[in-house]
Amino acid sequence: MAVETLTLGKALNTGLRRAMERDDKVILMGEDIGKLGGVFRITDGLQKDFGEERVIDTPLAESGIIGTAIGLALRGYRPVCEIQFDGFVYPAYDQIVSQVAKFRYRSRGHVNLPMVIRIPFGGGIGAVEHHSESPEAYFSHTAGLKVVACANPEDAYFMIQQAIASEDPIIFLEPKRRYWEKGAVDTALGLDAVTPLHNSRVVRPGTDATVLAYGPMVKTALDAATAAQEDGRSLEVIDLRSLSPMDLTPVFDSVRRTGRLVVVHEAAGNLGMGSEIAARVTEECFYSLESPVLRVTGYNTPYPASRLEEEYLPDLDRVLDAVDRSFGW
Amino acid sequence: MTKGATAPRRSGGSRGRGGTPPEPDYVQLLTPDGERVSHPDYSVDFSDEELRGLYRDLVTVRKLDAEATALQRQGELGIWASLLGQEAAQVGSGRAMRSQDMAFPTYREHGVLYCRGIDPIMPLSLFRGVDQGGWDPVANKFNLYTIVIGAQTLHATGYAMGIAKDGKVGTDDGEAVIAYFGDGATSQGDVNEAFIWSSVFHAPVVFFCQNNQYAISEPLERQTRIPLFQRAAGFGFPGVRVDGNDVLACYAVTRAALDNARLGQGPTLIEAYTYRMGAHTTSDDPTRYRVSSEVEAWQAKDPIARVRALLTKEKIADDAFFDSVDADAKAEAVQLRERVLTMPDPDPAQIFEHVYVEGSPLVEAERKQFEAYAASFEGSAH
Repeated sequence: MAVETLTLGKALNTGLRRAMERDDKVILMGEDIGKLGGVFRITDGLQKDFGEERVIDTPLAESGIIGTAIGLALRGYRPVCEIQFDGFVYPAYDQIVSQVAKFRYRSRGHVNLPMVIRIPFGGGIGAVEHHSESPEAYFSHTAGLKVVACANPEDAYFMIQQAIASEDPIIFLEPKRRYWEKGAVDTALGLDAVTPLHNSRVVRPGTDATVLAYGPMVKTALDAATAAQEDGRSLEVIDLRSLSPMDLTPVFDSVRRTGRLVVVHEAAGNLGMGSEIAARVTEECFYSLESPVLRVTGYNTPYPASRLEEEYLPDLDRVLDAVDRSFGW
Repeated sequence: MTKGATAPRRSGGSRGRGGTPPEPDYVQLLTPDGERVSHPDYSVDFSDEELRGLYRDLVTVRKLDAEATALQRQGELGIWASLLGQEAAQVGSGRAMRSQDMAFPTYREHGVLYCRGIDPIMPLSLFRGVDQGGWDPVANKFNLYTIVIGAQTLHATGYAMGIAKDGKVGTDDGEAVIAYFGDGATSQGDVNEAFIWSSVFHAPVVFFCQNNQYAISEPLERQTRIPLFQRAAGFGFPGVRVDGNDVLACYAVTRAALDNARLGQGPTLIEAYTYRMGAHTTSDDPTRYRVSSEVEAWQAKDPIARVRALLTKEKIADDAFFDSVDADAKAEAVQLRERVLTMPDPDPAQIFEHVYVEGSPLVEAERKQFEAYAASFEGSAH
């Protein structure tokens, strides 16, 4: 056993280090990731130890980061690109959606693009405009990409390594408001000994209703479950972990037992992840449902000025309110 | 500073709005009349056999292109992007590549594809809708056609960065990359980002811009107010303008730029000054946006006629040779036609293949649903 207590950010840093030690074709690319270690310090110390050839400070152009990473992947490298903030991924959107996602399909399997695109996502840190976006639905809608979100240090440590080891291109979403939260990580475990990258997981068992979340909202859902316990309600919390492909089997199982589902995410609800989940759960569990699948999401507005983000973001009370509505049906 | 190279010269750049563009200043080794001319920096030393080979390439790719255009008109291809008029730029640059070099084309580089030794049926299957490019891009050292304008220049740059990381530059047997794009692409952010990236990382990449004067209907003046090759200076690497209808000059300039790249001297921008004689694709009507006198003026600079004039004048080839080249090209075109007409439609199951290396439960579930649905029709009248 080598259980360490790490912040989510440090867990990512350590996971990146392990991946670079394991395979010298793994290279990191991004803005300010070298000497500075990234604006969130996720790559702290890696350039010092692995050199400028493997931890590359790039020019300030996101399409260029992704486009050149494609060429490097064609050449046999495994690029891990850092997009500095969620709202800055849009200049690279064409390269991700039109090129990264389609290269393998277009070439009838001749070419794999084993690359990872790391994106700190979501709000809650008091940032200015374009620094608190939730772009997951755009990428999850695109076949050819896989999209995952970690929620705690243990998953951060293992999922980043699993993503880098994957032969498919992965959009790797990091809950930036959780970067500083600590948790136990058993760094002695191998990648095969932990939950596979694309499986969801029950993170708190319960019997009365199911709450499904991913990324930054997993903690919110867990906090809500703790509060609900005091009111005598037992909530089962599931961390989706992989947004594309989605592993809803544990969700179906859970809903068949509890009869109720609340989906929580920060992104706007309209045409979002929750809509897809609600549709699938309805198709699969129609006769088990005691009430409609309810969604707790960001509002269908642009992300507001940070003094208003506490109102905008789903919180413990909004989750509990949705649970109440589910029981009131 | 050499003729045609980046320098504070104003050739072609001082045209006024609506004015007549002056004759551009470019590297030329063979005039439209078939006269060899010398250049202080660029030369070629071809044997008679090699010159005949270049002529054969030019005639063959034009013939195959004409056949593809005819097939589109007959409804056998959904669309076709003709290279007519750009044969010298493509054959010259394509033959300048060494076997280890890697090319990143647009959707019009049928001549380069031919020079890479790839089956010329490949782009026809793409435009017929049978596949999205069937060749192995890495094994063939020729990437799949890229439809999004300019996107491939970044892929080329990244690939070139990988060559440098692999230590495959700085020696004569090193590797280099060539990225193809058109004049319209120079307005794209990706192309400008590729220029920046290749410059700051000193990547062994040659940017080969075929300036064919039009981006669909929009003339060059809508993309730039200075000659395109001069853009390179602003990014910190050399730019050269070459007569894009002169196969010898295109070969010489590209070979030199690729050699510079493989020897570790970084990128070069080549502007091959040429003209698209046909439509952008079979879907547009160039008579709406350009005048016939302009087309006729370029007709006089035809890339094939001038090589034929050279071969005739210097008695390198006779009518029997020219006839045999025509006959061979025609035979190859007939064969291509037959192969297109007998090309089977793809298996519908292909829809679900190669989306992911490691699969996806969603794709697998839909594949099964599709197969069950398709099977439900078996034996019925439908």
